[in-house]
Amino acid sequence: MTRAKLPPWLLLLMPAFLILAAVVLVPLLLSLYSSFTPYQLTRPETLWKINFPFNYEKALTDPGFWKAFGRTVLLLTIALNLEMLLGLGLALMVAKVQRGQRTLRTMMMFPMMFSPILVGFMFKFIFNDNVGLVNNALQSMGLASTAIPWLVDGNLALFAIICAEVWMSTSVFAILILAGLFALPQDPLEAAKVDGCTPWQSFRYVTLPFLMPFIYIAMAIRSLDVARAYDIVQVMTGGGPAKRTELLWTMIGRTGYVDARMGYANAMGYIAILLSIAFTVYFFLKLQSARRELGMGD
Amino acid sequence: MAQVHLKNVKKSYGALDVVHSINLSIAEGEFVVLVGPSGCGKSTTLRMVAGLEDISGGEILIGDRVVNDLPPRERNLAMVFQNYALYPHMTVRENLGFSLKIAKKSQAEINKAVDEAAEILALTPLLDRKPGALSGGQRQRVAMGRAIVRHPDVFLFDEPLSNLDAKLRTQMRVEIKKLHQKVGSTVIYVTHDQIEAMTLADRIVIMRDGHIVQVGTPLEVFENPVNTFVATFIGSPPMNLLTGVVGGNQIGLTDGTTIPLPPGVKLADGRRVQLGIRADNIMPDGHALPPTAHMAHVDMKVVLSEPLGTETVLFAQLAGTEVQAKMLNPRPVTPGEVLRFGIALDKCHIFDAETGLNLRG
Ligand SMILES: Nc1ncnc2c1ncn2[C@@H]1O[C@H](COP(=O)(O)OP(=O)(O)OP(=O)(O)O)[C@@H](O)[C@H]1O
Ligand SMILES: [Mg+2]
Repeated sequence: MTRAKLPPWLLLLMPAFLILAAVVLVPLLLSLYSSFTPYQLTRPETLWKINFPFNYEKALTDPGFWKAFGRTVLLLTIALNLEMLLGLGLALMVAKVQRGQRTLRTMMMFPMMFSPILVGFMFKFIFNDNVGLVNNALQSMGLASTAIPWLVDGNLALFAIICAEVWMSTSVFAILILAGLFALPQDPLEAAKVDGCTPWQSFRYVTLPFLMPFIYIAMAIRSLDVARAYDIVQVMTGGGPAKRTELLWTMIGRTGYVDARMGYANAMGYIAILLSIAFTVYFFLKLQSARRELGMGD
Repeated sequence: MAQVHLKNVKKSYGALDVVHSINLSIAEGEFVVLVGPSGCGKSTTLRMVAGLEDISGGEILIGDRVVNDLPPRERNLAMVFQNYALYPHMTVRENLGFSLKIAKKSQAEINKAVDEAAEILALTPLLDRKPGALSGGQRQRVAMGRAIVRHPDVFLFDEPLSNLDAKLRTQMRVEIKKLHQKVGSTVIYVTHDQIEAMTLADRIVIMRDGHIVQVGTPLEVFENPVNTFVATFIGSPPMNLLTGVVGGNQIGLTDGTTIPLPPGVKLADGRRVQLGIRADNIMPDGHALPPTAHMAHVDMKVVLSEPLGTETVLFAQLAGTEVQAKMLNPRPVTPGEVLRFGIALDKCHIFDAETGLNLRG
């Protein structure tokens, strides 16, 4: 009867600890460990052979990896900026609507309600070179004489993927910016009008600085999203043809599950996560400085 | 510098009329003060002149241009907003210089104007702060500064001093007056504070419920209020009003006290009136100005006294109404004391009890 009694607070926190350990900590440590081994799914014994920097070295010296890395950053940059501009435009227009604005706002969210896989299939069809809508339209309007190989040419395929991303996620920006517009104080805008600003100057010097924090929040959220882009790309091009649209995660997915080289895939995964963290930190710092700019404290 | 004319200007929000067809002509360089109780439409009127509010009817002219459809930036006016309306993301310096930057002035010119304004408003040590780090009074001064760096045709001030402490307010009042004398722009100034109104205005415009009740110089509205509303609104303490019935050239109050009608006033017996007496014209015997030719006397019980130093304000009871009287060369008064008061009848006003209109006119 001398069983040591745990203090009640520890006892109460225990379930949470256990669940977190089982769900997050163990897989995390395991994957980190396996990234130090030449672990292959088909040869379980390889899990016990530690070979520390090997996988990381291999990834960092592999031009294919760097191409996928660069393409991911490119996709991120183009998609985020396009979504920001379109979302801003959309939000500014919707904010002006007097009647039926609620309905419009709901409609704006429709693209977000679809599974990315379905969006991928839809755009794969739209850009299909034989039966796709785009080629059909271009040809019947006489703008193109032959079928354009949208999903075959590397640049065009990236363009098609960006279209799908933008279609699906512009509303994230639009909705967050709209929230910013609703919170926009009217007085400084009126002061700007009296101070001689044209509508454009009012927007440039008063509205936009106020919206920047909202834009950076959307950027931070979306950068995480796009940096892990997999589904749409996998469906539309599968990273192909001939790896011309390969992104970090399609490459990692193939290495891990098709080639079964889990150790290597995990190592690349950790590098990819660093990229995501870098983007998030960057936008977070921008957000903070934009808030400080507005005198909103830190 | 420009004249401003309001011709039958109306403002309604849906079915709700907040400004009813007002007419007002303001001369070039004139300092006009709008006063009136909260919600009477002062800010709305000012905002219509600024172009921030659509005009529901009538015309507004600045100079000789009808500005109804001109955006604010083409009206060349500066405005100080009731709630400051500073740019939160700009420093005080940038706030002050913003309109000049928009007007594409050179940086040297902007700096000069900003430093000058900051000097007048004692903002120099705060130039690099953001509005979020300023007190209410400091923000209000920045808002003032933003208007005075420009040289507009018309200044619009919406209660620009309401958040300052008494000392700063007096100081700023003087600065505004000086500024007006120096630049000579037309000014439309909204305030609740009747001392501001009396001291600053060339003309006072008294508004109520979206109507203009009276327009006149400070002395005109003080000495000849058109009705009981103006009489009680202008002047501090407010004019005392005693209700009674005319009978044989006298006013009979409800408790039987009679006071003679002011000289020169002839009214039919039985008419219900209100006698208006300012506190300066009802004083206890022995503590009053020298008596004039037309004096009346009443006994009143003092309820409360407020010593102000050189004079004391006495709150007394007459025919169930509270009357405020002044006592010069004061001595301590105990509550409950009955004093004999002299009323200078020639300074009193008679108003119709129903319509409130001044019958002496
Ligand atoms: N957007 C609006 N919709 C409906 N009514 C309004 C609107 N803006 C103002 N009002 C009404 O118009 C009237 C005049 O308002 P205004 O702001 O001009 O008053 P004010 O004289 O400036 O008062 P204060 O001294 O309190 O500033 C008020 O009764 C107010 O409720
Ligand atoms: Mg107001």
